[in-house]
Amino acid sequence: MDDFKSIALFLTILLPFGAGTTLAFFPRKQPTAIKVFAAVVGFLTMIVTIIIFSLYDYNVGGYQFINSYRWLEDPLNIDLSLGIDGISAPMVLLTGIIMFAGILVAWNIEHRTKDFFVLFMFLVSGVFGVFVVRDLFFLFFFYELAVLPMFPLIGVWGSSSDFGSFARTKEYGAMKLTLYLVAGSVLVWVAIIAVYVAAKDFGVPTFSLETLNAISQNGAFSQNFQRLFFPFFMVGFGVLAGLWPFHTWSPDGHVAAPTAVSMIHAGVLMKLGAYGIIRVGMTLLPSGAEDWMPILIVLGTINVLYGAIVAMAQRDLKYVVGYSSVSHMGLVFMGLATLHPLGVSGAVLQMFSHGIMTALFFAAVGIIYDRTHVRDITILGGLAKRMGLTATFFTIAGLTSLGLPGLSGFVAEVLVFMGVFQEHMPLAILAVIGAAITAVYILRLLSRVFFGPIEPKWDHLTDARPVEIGATSMLVLGVVVVGVWPLPLMNVINSGVAELLMRFPVL
Amino acid sequence: MTENLHLLLPEILLASLAIVVLCMDLVLPKRCKSFLAWISVIGLCGILALSLALLRGEEQLLYGGLVRADAYSLYFKVLFLVLGGVFILSSADYVKKQLESPGEFYAIVLLAILAMIILASAVELLTAYIALELMSFSFYTMVAYARNNPKSNEAGVKYILIGAFSSAILLYGISLLYTAIGVTRFGEIEAELAAAARVTPILWIGLGLILVGLAFKIAAVPFHMWAPDTYEGAPLPVTALLSVGSKVAAFALILRLVSQAFAPSIDQWQILVAVLAAITMTVGNVVAIPQKNYKRLLAYSSMGQVGYMLLGIAALSSISAEALLLYLVGYSITAMVVFVGLIAFFNMTGSEEIHDLGGLADSHPFIAASIAIGLLSLAGLPFFAGFTIKFYLFTAAATQGFLWLAGLGMVNSLISLYYYLMVVRQMYIEPAPKWAQEGDTTHHLVQEGQASENSSYTSQSTLITVILTLLLLGVFFIGVYPFPLMGAIKAASNAIMPMS
Repeated sequence: MDDFKSIALFLTILLPFGAGTTLAFFPRKQPTAIKVFAAVVGFLTMIVTIIIFSLYDYNVGGYQFINSYRWLEDPLNIDLSLGIDGISAPMVLLTGIIMFAGILVAWNIEHRTKDFFVLFMFLVSGVFGVFVVRDLFFLFFFYELAVLPMFPLIGVWGSSSDFGSFARTKEYGAMKLTLYLVAGSVLVWVAIIAVYVAAKDFGVPTFSLETLNAISQNGAFSQNFQRLFFPFFMVGFGVLAGLWPFHTWSPDGHVAAPTAVSMIHAGVLMKLGAYGIIRVGMTLLPSGAEDWMPILIVLGTINVLYGAIVAMAQRDLKYVVGYSSVSHMGLVFMGLATLHPLGVSGAVLQMFSHGIMTALFFAAVGIIYDRTHVRDITILGGLAKRMGLTATFFTIAGLTSLGLPGLSGFVAEVLVFMGVFQEHMPLAILAVIGAAITAVYILRLLSRVFFGPIEPKWDHLTDARPVEIGATSMLVLGVVVVGVWPLPLMNVINSGVAELLMRFPVL
Repeated sequence: MTENLHLLLPEILLASLAIVVLCMDLVLPKRCKSFLAWISVIGLCGILALSLALLRGEEQLLYGGLVRADAYSLYFKVLFLVLGGVFILSSADYVKKQLESPGEFYAIVLLAILAMIILASAVELLTAYIALELMSFSFYTMVAYARNNPKSNEAGVKYILIGAFSSAILLYGISLLYTAIGVTRFGEIEAELAAAARVTPILWIGLGLILVGLAFKIAAVPFHMWAPDTYEGAPLPVTALLSVGSKVAAFALILRLVSQAFAPSIDQWQILVAVLAAITMTVGNVVAIPQKNYKRLLAYSSMGQVGYMLLGIAALSSISAEALLLYLVGYSITAMVVFVGLIAFFNMTGSEEIHDLGGLADSHPFIAASIAIGLLSLAGLPFFAGFTIKFYLFTAAATQGFLWLAGLGMVNSLISLYYYLMVVRQMYIEPAPKWAQEGDTTHHLVQEGQASENSSYTSQSTLITVILTLLLLGVFFIGVYPFPLMGAIKAASNAIMPMS
């Protein structure tokens, strides 16, 4: 078991990466073999993440599954050191689940199948990398690696939207997403190097997160330094997490992307941003974080309200989901910015819950689009008559999104609201209004698209295929289990959050 | 003096190899000319093995302090010999199809490589100047080598004129420096500068002119006017060697010059170099955006790369030297990947337009992937060499107080990502251009004055595939695990900065 523990995290990077490399040598003409291979690796990876999560001992807390490989000697001192704590463990699990579901949903990819899965695998291995490393250099390395494959994935396999007076092509979405995310990572990069230089001046030139954390507690980073560089992390990572006003890439990118990529992107990649803020910004620069949290909570509230209001005005199904993501990520920012145990735990749980829920949303939308080639709400109608299962899946995602008790969204949102109410009553009220607007647009959407009379042109539609049912019911299971019995997840999250909040002694 | 002649054996053999190739060109019948490429490459491999066997661990000043055999010169010797071999092999097809008199061409390439090697070992200003001239003259000839192509001729003329102008400036700077302190050896210059109570105006101008002359050679903005036209007009392989070899060689000289000779007066030139770096990387990357011709695009993009490298010079220290040494190797390999991929594309189509790269991912996935990987590596994305070398260089610069310049470098990487992605998009997303779909390459090749075959693409060469694979392995190697290289880099850096 100890052997497994020491390589388990490395496996999560290596399995998808090795699969991507292997797939690159598969014959192009055999799409089924490629898909089966990808699905097998995806399943194995998911099993590994489930085992990792269940073996994480929240009573002990801290970094577990530790392993370290020397990468570069003096003067840079970079290690590939792995380890997960109570915050990254749920994220690893989330990635494992969504990755496998994404592969199943991508079963209908016919165009350049091989290239798609190769890029998809590299993308996933980058995502795992960010969650499991304990070194700033490699965190940034994998962070960029996770952004890189998005461009071809969207540009080649994506879909364009036509709005009559203007169009949003997939090339536009791909380019916008890539440039925004890399622009964000430039800020992160500057701040990482600034942290390194400050650590070097302190006498400890290192990129190791643990060492940096330790010297940060010993006062290596002055108040002014923290105040100057925390916003670099906040905005830089925030771009990826959809922080208003840097969120505009997210709906365009998610809409243009093929279903599996939307799932991974909205489900997991946006969490990388929030995770970066926690892991790097708040942990290393706590007093800078404290100073900036009022700004972050206001921006988060705007996220919630703005995302919900704009989602209400959308006619394209995927844009509705895209803006609802922006709105829900606002809750993550608000929860983090409370620096209150309830709020921060709620934020991390919301990251998990929103990941599963959005993936479910995009999977259901993908099934509909695959059959109808239309995503316009005004054209679709009464689909539940022909696509009962898909309608069910979409409805469950919708109910999670509006916070129905018994589903995961409820637990997370309640925690966040409780945290925010303690500190910022007016903002909490605004956020609750945002959640109410969510209920409006979700219910309206459900009634229009799925219920009511069906038009004759949709009579020929077929329901979800077995692979799609497999993928989506897995996600449904996740949403329900966390909603009904959040304790196992909360135990792990709380252990991580408690450790994080020790960095904020005043509160 | 004769007892350490063996330390110069690689240079002597390389010069002899050039002459042998030149003579064999006279003897060999026309259809056997492609042997010359193989002879050159085998010769280069032999010299490489010999250098590694003879020179490892050597550290000696030779010929009264004109050149120095040390780990630093060995590092670059290996780099240039490998680069030369890769270059000759990858241009063999091109030379056979597009150029007359291949024999002379290979001989001139070998002379250029020789000049680069001497540049990295020179520790005296006039020796360095002569080596620089040998390199420049080889390039003047190569740039204008496509005799029937007016663009190539124009490029050659521009390059010669500006080149002569910059050489004059450099020489004038050297003579002013000599007037002021009376020495030209690096070690003595350093001693004089350290001892000088203050920098006299004449010395200051001398230093400045030397920097300007060198800035012309590396095409740093605002001394870059010759570069885009020259790059565009030159035959494609020559563009490759010009943007990789000549720049790396010039930086080999500059790094040694500033660390061994100009280090004491760092306060005078440091800010100048920093500003030069900032302007060069910004102008290079911004102007690259609207380019339609991939040679011009790469000309500007390599200008941006020069800006990053100047950053390593401005932040002079042992950590920056290490970073720059790694950067030069990583940049060489990455840029060669792009150029070799484009040479393969040009051999098949005869086109130099980015637009014509459309659909390449469908018809030639390997070449398209290579070009894409090379470009993304130049943009500094991870898993490729570009990420590691940029991270190292920017961190090194930041530790010397140049965080702002490193930040500017990162912003520039973002800009460069945009135009690189436009090329990637052309290859992967856009459909093939009409002429390729209709199976007609003639309209391009006719412009080049060449006959063409009647297929949409002429066949892909196995040799180029092999070279590309090896180069890609290099890109991944530096990107994922550069550790084994660090020993050589540390030794080289210690050779020029013993105090670390």
